Formats: sequence, structure tokens, C-alpha cells
Amino acid sequence: MKIRVKINGVTREDDVEPRLLLVHYLRELAGLTGTHIGCETSICGACTVLMNGAAVKSCTVLAVQADGSEITTIEGLSGRNGQLHPLQQGFWEEHGLQCGYCTPGMILAAHQLLSRNPHPSRAEIRKALEGNLCRCTGYQHIVKAVEWAAEKVRAQAEHA
Amino acid sequence: MQAFEYASPRSLQEAIRLLPAQWGPTDVLAGGTDLVSAMKDGISTPQRLVNIKQIAELHRMTFSPRAGLHIGATVTLRELLDDGAVQQHYPGLIQAAEAARSEQLLNMGTVGGELLQRPRCWYYRNGYGLLALRDGKSLVPEGENQYHAILGNAGPAYFVSPSFLAPILIALGATVQLHGPRGARSLPVQKLFVTPTRVGQREHDLAPNEILTEIRVPYRPGVRTAVYEIREKEALDWPLAMAAVALRQEGGVLRDPRVVLGQVAPVPWPSPEAERTLTGKKPSEDLADAAGRAAVAQATPLSKNGYKVQLARIAVKRAILSAVQQGG
Amino acid sequence: MASCKYDWPAAGQRDAIGKSTDRIDGPAKVSGRAKYTYDINRPGMLFGKMLTCPHAHAKIKSIDVSPALKHPGVKAALVIQDVGSEIQWAGDEIAAVAAVDEATAEDAVRLIRVEYDVLPHLVREENLSKDGDRAKPAGEQKVGDPDKAFADPEAVISEGFYGIPVITHCCLETHGNVVEWRGADSILTHSSTQNVSGIPSQLGAALRAKKINVQDSNIETICQYIGGGFGSKFSIDRWGVVAAELSKQAGGKPVKLMLDRDEDLEVAGARPSYFGHVKVAASKDGTLTAWSSETWGTGGPGPSGVPPVPYILTNIPNIYKKHTSVSTNIGPARAWRAPNHPQACLMTLAALDDLAAKLAMDAMEFLQKNIHLAPSYLVNTYQQELSKAAELSEWSKYWHPRGDKTPGHLKRGLGVSLHTWGGRGHAGSCNVIVRPDGSVTVQSGTQDLGTGTRTVIAVVAASTFGLPVDAIQVEIGDSRYPFDGASGGSTTVGAASAWTRRGSVDALNELFAAVAPSLGVQANQLEARDGRIQVQGNPSKSLSWKDACAKLGAKTIHTVGKNPGPCNLGSVGVGGVQVADVTVDTETGKVKINRLVAVQDCGLIIDKLTAESQVYGGLIMGVCYSLFEEKVMDQTIGRMLNANMEFYKLAGIGDIGGELIVHMMTGPGYDERGVIGLGEPPVISPGAAISNAVANAIGVRVSQLPLTPRRVLAALAKGGIA
Repeated sequence: MKIRVKINGVTREDDVEPRLLLVHYLRELAGLTGTHIGCETSICGACTVLMNGAAVKSCTVLAVQADGSEITTIEGLSGRNGQLHPLQQGFWEEHGLQCGYCTPGMILAAHQLLSRNPHPSRAEIRKALEGNLCRCTGYQHIVKAVEWAAEKVRAQAEHA
Repeated sequence: MQAFEYASPRSLQEAIRLLPAQWGPTDVLAGGTDLVSAMKDGISTPQRLVNIKQIAELHRMTFSPRAGLHIGATVTLRELLDDGAVQQHYPGLIQAAEAARSEQLLNMGTVGGELLQRPRCWYYRNGYGLLALRDGKSLVPEGENQYHAILGNAGPAYFVSPSFLAPILIALGATVQLHGPRGARSLPVQKLFVTPTRVGQREHDLAPNEILTEIRVPYRPGVRTAVYEIREKEALDWPLAMAAVALRQEGGVLRDPRVVLGQVAPVPWPSPEAERTLTGKKPSEDLADAAGRAAVAQATPLSKNGYKVQLARIAVKRAILSAVQQGG
Repeated sequence: MASCKYDWPAAGQRDAIGKSTDRIDGPAKVSGRAKYTYDINRPGMLFGKMLTCPHAHAKIKSIDVSPALKHPGVKAALVIQDVGSEIQWAGDEIAAVAAVDEATAEDAVRLIRVEYDVLPHLVREENLSKDGDRAKPAGEQKVGDPDKAFADPEAVISEGFYGIPVITHCCLETHGNVVEWRGADSILTHSSTQNVSGIPSQLGAALRAKKINVQDSNIETICQYIGGGFGSKFSIDRWGVVAAELSKQAGGKPVKLMLDRDEDLEVAGARPSYFGHVKVAASKDGTLTAWSSETWGTGGPGPSGVPPVPYILTNIPNIYKKHTSVSTNIGPARAWRAPNHPQACLMTLAALDDLAAKLAMDAMEFLQKNIHLAPSYLVNTYQQELSKAAELSEWSKYWHPRGDKTPGHLKRGLGVSLHTWGGRGHAGSCNVIVRPDGSVTVQSGTQDLGTGTRTVIAVVAASTFGLPVDAIQVEIGDSRYPFDGASGGSTTVGAASAWTRRGSVDALNELFAAVAPSLGVQANQLEARDGRIQVQGNPSKSLSWKDACAKLGAKTIHTVGKNPGPCNLGSVGVGGVQVADVTVDTETGKVKINRLVAVQDCGLIIDKLTAESQVYGGLIMGVCYSLFEEKVMDQTIGRMLNANMEFYKLAGIGDIGGELIVHMMTGPGYDERGVIGLGEPPVISPGAAISNAVANAIGVRVSQLPLTPRRVLAALAKGGIA
């Protein structure tokens, strides 16, 4: 089946098998391996990407379901010059990661939160990230990372 | 995942034409959050998927006080939660949809798919079928039944109905519209769910070539609703018990109470016993507790799920107290 | 002043050491550039899939992979275990294929035909009386005269049953490799491994045993990033060898063979269970006098491991203990973060907590009173840590005798536990390279599990050279670099800090020698500080680092740092104390974590941030196995029912609703011991601390982990305050 998907601002067209999962499409055809495979059944959230701005778990989305959509992966968050997005900076600065495997999914889930709610409370941050599991960081620093990013975005907005 | 062909019709009639008269070869795809997982696990092995997300008429949501709320089957849970009319008039529905949360699931999952998702019974998900049979005998009674049914579990079905929305929809008197080759029919949500009694029978009153198109929820001003669920984890976990309550308060007493349990029986489980306990009484903690006890009085727990009786009782009690405390 | 040339600098002169340094692998991980094994896509790569056994115990009667081999797109297929093989657990590998894509490989696996003779199995061991001849004695020991101590009419005796089931590792990245042949006699593997330097010889030996000739020196293993290991990823494993064989059969093409999640949970990691009846006695003043335990557990078909009880308080004068190992068909055990310790900790600290309750003693006081029974080198540490934990948890404010008497269904309680671990640095080595342009590289065949190995290396080298941390280039995760041991048992930070220090000091001394003439002093009068090489105490006589390195001319400094080696840079044996603060809903049996306090010693800290991260991470893994995790086996079908992450439950962000409070013991009394590992210790205590807190809240012991509503309500039904 022919599909047309805009990934991180670049449109591509591919002929795919209907059973190809979006996560495999992104990782193997588009070469964007920052979207990770964890549980394979939509629990852990490591495969989270934004589809038309909404966070989805790409391990249980067929590539054909993404036909006509815009996808943002972790690779699409950084600026053209490699400048890290405030969320990416936050996860680094506040040690919101250890092994880092869950990190891209966490960041994209947090991205959806900040786009809907630029000033989230800690409780709102925790709620927004319920669909993402981490095995080794302890979550506390992840909450701080999102707070850091929200503050940074706010400061940037005021500055601009 | 086994190979399949994919169709994405733009009209309901076209979609129905693509569905055969027996289960198995074709599945209807909406959000896919449950179906795609089941296909990966080899639990569903369709040769064709019919995507109904391109059918515009299934993606409408309307509200009027006269007609109530009409939710197209492919409206996502997120769209439901974000709808102003739903927020204003159906707080119980909001609570139930919230309970189904993760954010990602709310974005992809549809209201129709939520009602028609398959049970989570781990024997079923490991390939032993809905009735969890091995050599003609159910694995559940002597097996790991800690998450199985405590009501309506005389067998051969022991799984629990997984829908978060069904109990509150039933409590609100909602109906579903089903479209098949011979036209449309309407069912109360309760009737959509059936307890299978033989191999091959599904847990929904839905023909293989029918599509659930719409959910209609009457508008009942003055009705207070609440949903309460208990689970091991805070989120991303199936409730061990849940209860949905809809009731009115008139002259200081309860009227027309509806109490529906979820996750405790192969179908959503209305409790006329609890409703009788509440009708015409002044709300109090003791009354809520009595209703909870009445709701589980007929429970027949299995070897490892006796604790769910207590949880169901508490879920009913807390849902009632929560409904009573709400305004409206 | 330092008395041995590699010694850690004195306090105040440690530069970045002990401060908070952002992890240097951060940018790669937050941007998606970090390539985990699962992310390795090589040109022409094939995808491997395995057929696994559906039976817990069976013999293979016949097997035919030829239909798979004929399937379009399949490039290789092989039998892993042939006719006659006895399979000991469901999920064991039987045959494999490699195909052009994953879906084709899956299709082909479905075409393989196998017939089995099904044999009797045992997959549940918690009831020892039903385990029959699967139960084998695994040690019995007597110290002093326990019978007499228990018979003492003055003794206060507490008896209890405690248990902790088999759990899995559940790394977010499953096990697996991408393996390719480079010509006829050379192999490259990308492996999700905690043991980069060790994989080549494992793979070489396994292939030679199959008459495939390859020298270890011609095998290269790379692992730059890994999505969790926790003790389950030391080996190339059978599926790694299979990937190499499939690749060979396919003319050397790379084969990616990652386990599916269900395979991973069924076969690629399990922690042995531990159940037991414990009897403990104390004199009326609370002094422990005797311990007796009869315990059992399963580690699958192999031995169960023998948790060291009584834990910590090993000098109880009268001890009897007996352990039984039950052989089951649940899949093999693997080292799980702090092997045997979490089990021993729960068994001991829960039993002691019950005894303290019986004595009507404050649990914290009871431990203080008996802490002299711990190994002498830890007594002082524990005393200080118990006090600190009491302070941070506001123990005196929130602790109460068993059973929260507050009205209502929410009961709050506090529980305490303590733990120990070795953590001496393993044997290993590195290259330190200083080039004439001033660039500095440290290379080692070690690995960074997310624990901060890269950052530790950079901090130590930078602090030794007086350079900023980002001036150090760290190259690890490739077996072509100097050998380093496996990252297990909290041995990596001790090793990496020591070999980096030794190699860097030697390199610096070579640089001093090259620079000394131009500064007109002896090499031993120089020091490296603030990016300059200067005469000690005289910054005016100095060269910038760059100018100093330019004096090397055409020469590049290359030293090798090793561990073990001269001077004591690390040691062994840490102590930690944890307090859990929980609220239990007695109507639903749900346990909510309010706070966890972790007070931890790890000797000299290299990077405070990564050290604290390890403790946070340990705490959350502890919460997972305390409240949720269990490998649920069905005895009839012999299979794991929850081989998915939906029902193999890990704590989410909402399940750690409360605050985690981490305090690292540092400064005099701690720092001079040098560096000691920290990976295992913080994961040991949560089970006992949380279980004790629940008992404190509801007034009754929930005998087994995980503390689910089912178990809590069952315990409450037998007693307690509700």
C-alpha cells in the first residue's frame, strides 16, 4: 500500500505492507531509531511519537493508519543546528534519565503536555506521563526535568 | 503478525460490504489499540482489516437536551474528554474515560473500540480462547484466577468484561446503534454484552458483518453520576473492580438509582439489589455501605479472587458516596 | 598529603570529584542519537526469529525446519536443539530463521514443524510439601546452641512465615545482538550486554564447540548504549550464538536477533524465590539471642542460590538455618541486582521487625540496640545511618506501635531496613592518550549501563589533569579497547575510577617530564591545575595545557591504567539504611508510598548526581518488586501467564506519588575508604522497609511480597487493626 507521511517536516512516500507497524516504519524505512521498542504492546511508552501533535504508541499503530499524517519523533525536536529542545535540555540538566531507553518516549509525552498546558503542576506532569514506564531513573528527576523545561519555555516566551 | 489486506472505505455501506458473515477472516479497525496488540500476539488473525476511521459519519459528536448525546463510534476518548457538552452534562462519562487513561491511549482509542475491546483474561491472551479451555476443561477454576469473575461466573466463561465506559453508559440508559447488511438496529448498551456459553460465541451481541456506529446517551438533568475503580497500580492497569452510579435526589431521598459494576463479571453487572437498597432512602455512609453489601451478596468467588468481592463492595459504596456529594 | 602517588587528592583539591557533573552521555540520549543494540541497522541486515518450546518439560521427537528455509525471503534456518533434547522450560529455543524482514522471519518460524513428548513439570514451589523429589537440601548450619536459647523461659520469641516470589529483570531493551561475519574468520557483534570485553571469548568458545573456527581475537563486540541489564546480560546467550550461525549460513550478512518481550520475560532473566519459616528470640531487654530458619526457593532447573541469613546481624550467638532448593521448570535464574540480598533482607528484617513489635520496642531502637551484631567494620556506619534515617524520616513523629489507631480506613506506618554490599572494583584497564594538540582520550572495553561510567571516567581524568570535564574524550563499549570486567555486582565505578586515575597520573607524570625543562624545574615540582601546568604553588611559572602538550613535539603520551594496582583507591563493603512511609487503605488493601528515605554510604563519591540517580533508581525497582512484580506461572499449562508488561507490572510515575529522599554519607570516615560501588545496595532494603511499614500501619504482617490488595486484605482478614 502506498502511504504518504510527513516525518519531522519531510514528506516521504512509501509502498508498505499493511502489517508494517509505524514503529518499524520509522526505525527501519525512515532510519529514525530514536523511537524505541520496549514492551511491544502499548504499555511502556518507549515508542511514543507525536501523530498530528498527539502522543501515540507507535508499536500498536499500523503504518497505514499514519497515512496522511504528520509525525514528530525525538529526532525532530532538536533545532536545525542541533540545538536541543528545552525538554531535551531539561532531561539532561535535571538527570531525568539513566540508561536513556525510555527517554525519547518520555520527552514526547511531555511535549504533548506542554503544548496543551504550558504551566503544569507536578500532579499534572505525573498524570501526563502515566503512559510511560522507566525501569531505572526513579521518576523524581523526570518530573523535575519537565518542570525545568516548562520554566525555560516560559522564560524564552517572555524574552521573545 | 500475519499478513492481511487493508481496506479503508469512505462510506458505511462500503465498509459493511467488506465484512463477511462469519467471524475470523475480517476485523474492523478503529484506533487499533487493542486489535493490533491482539494481532501481534496471534490472538486475532484476520486476512483483512477494514479501517472505519475514514468514514466521516462515524466521527461525529452532537448534543442537544432533547436528543441527548450522540457519540460516533470512532470519536476518540480524548475528543470525548475535551467536549464541552460532555464535560458539562456527563461528568460520570468523563470520569470513566479518564480511568481508561494513558494519554497515548486516549489519543488513539475510540469510544466504539473501548466498548468492543476483547477481555484481558490471561488465558485468553495466551491463546486458550475466551473460555480458557484445555482438553475441553476450563483452566480458570483451578488456575490463576485472581483477576477473574466473581459474579456471573457459573461457567464456562470466567473472564471479566474490560470496558471502562460500559458501566456508566448502562447506568445512564445509553443505547448503541449497529449497522449491518439488513440495516440498522438499536440495543441498550447492557444488551450489547453477552456471556458466551459455547466455543466460538463472542461476548458481544454483534454480527460479524455489523458495525457499531454510534452511542446515544439520554440527557437526564438532575442525575448525579460517579465512577469509582480500584486497581493495583495507579494507572496503566486494569481495575480489579469498578462501579458506576447514576441517581437523583428528591426531597432528601434517592430516586431512580442505577448501580452497575465493571470488571467483576463476563458482562457489565447491574445490581438491582443495590438499587433496591438505595431507592427512596436518605443517603448516608451506612446506606452506601449496605448497597455495596447488597451488590456482592450473590458473589461466588473462585479460589483466588475472594478479595475482589470486598473490592467490588467498596467500589459501589465509594461511587455512591461520590455521586451523592456531587452537585446537580 | 598523598602518600602514594595515585592516591585520591585530599578534600578541597578534588576538582570535579565528588561534585555534581551532568552526565556526558546526556545529549546523545535526549536527542535520539544514542544507538542501542536494538537500533543497530546494518547494510543488508537480516532479521532473526526463534521458535520456542510451548511445553515446560518435554523431549523433542521430531523437528523439520526445511519448510521455513523454502519460504521466500528466508536466508538461513537452523535447528537449535535437535531430536532427543530434553527441554526444561517453556520458551526454550528450538529453532531459528533469518529473513529479509521481521514479518517474513515470523511467517517462516510458523512453518517449522516440531513434535514433542510432553513430560511432567513443576512450575510452582511456594508449597514445599507439594514439591516432592524436586526439593533438594541446599545447606544446613548450626552456630552456638539455638535449641537451648529458644528454650530459655526468659526469651521472647517471634515466629513467622515470609516469602518473595520469582521476579524477572524486565529490562526495557530486550536481550539480543546484531551479528555479522567480516570475511571467513572475523565477527562483529553489536550486543546488548553488561560484559563488552567478555563477549568475544564466550562467542568464540561456543562457535568452536560447534566446529566453527574463529579466534577470540577476531571477534569484536560493541555496545555503546544499553536499555537495562540488572544482572541479566552477562552472556552472549544461546540466541547470540544462533545469530552468528545464521549469519554464517547467510554468507556473513548481519543478523539482528532481539528477543520478543514475551520471550524475554519467560527465559531471559529471573530472580530466585525465597520462602521460609523464621523463629527469632531476644532477651526481655531486646538483645537478640537466637535465629532459626527453614527456607526454600527456586532458581528454575538449577540451584536456587542461598540468601545469607540472618542478614547483617550475622553475629547472633545462636543460629540454626536450613535451606532447600526446589528444581522447577520455570526457566533459568540470572543474577538480579544484588543477588540473594533482597531475599535475605526481607526474611531477616521482617522477622526482626515482628520480634521488635512483640517486645513492644521501637523498631529503630531495636536495630540500634542489636547493631553490634553486624560485622564490626559496619557497626559505626549503621549507627550513624540509622540516626540520619530517623531524622530525615521524622521517625519519632510518625512512628507508632503496631497498628495506626487513627479512625477511618487510611492507616499510616513507618518501617526500617538496612543492607550491605561489597562493591570492590573489578579487574580492568584503560588507555590514556594525551596528544600534542592537548586532546585527551581515555579508552576502555568497559560499558555504561546508564549508571554513569562515561561520566566517572571523564571526571577522574579531568580532575587529575586539572581540565574541565568536557575536555576528556571517553571511548568505551568496544572490545577492541583494553579489557575491563563485566558490570555486575557494583564493581564498575571502583574499577573505572581506579584505572582512569592510575593511567592519568602516569600520563601526567610523562607530561611533567616533557615540560619541566622549559619551566626550569624538576618534573616532581609541577602540578596540573585550572587548565595549566605550573610549578607547585607558583602559578606565575606555568604553561597552558595546550602549550604544555605542544612540548611533546611528535610524541603522543600513551599510558595504560590498571586495576587492581598500587595505592588504595577503593575498598569494599558499604552500609545503607532505608525508611519507608506508607499509607494503607484497609478497605481496598492498597498500599501507597508516601516517602522513601535512603541513607547510603559508598565511600568516595566521584559524581554526586549519578550516585544519587543510582539510589533513586534502586528505590523504584524496590517499589516495583515490593508492590507489583511476580512471575505468575500456571501449574496446569506450565507457562508464565504474564509474559507481557501489561500483567508483569512495573511501577509507573503515579505509583511513586510521594517523595524520595536520598542522603549520601560523605566526608571524613567515608571518603578515605576510596571508591565503592553503588548499583546494588539501594535496591536491597525496599522490600523489607515497605513490608515493615505496612505491618506498622495495619498491625499485621503481610507475609509475602508483592503487597497487592489481595495479600493485604487476606492478612487483614486474619487480624490487624481494621
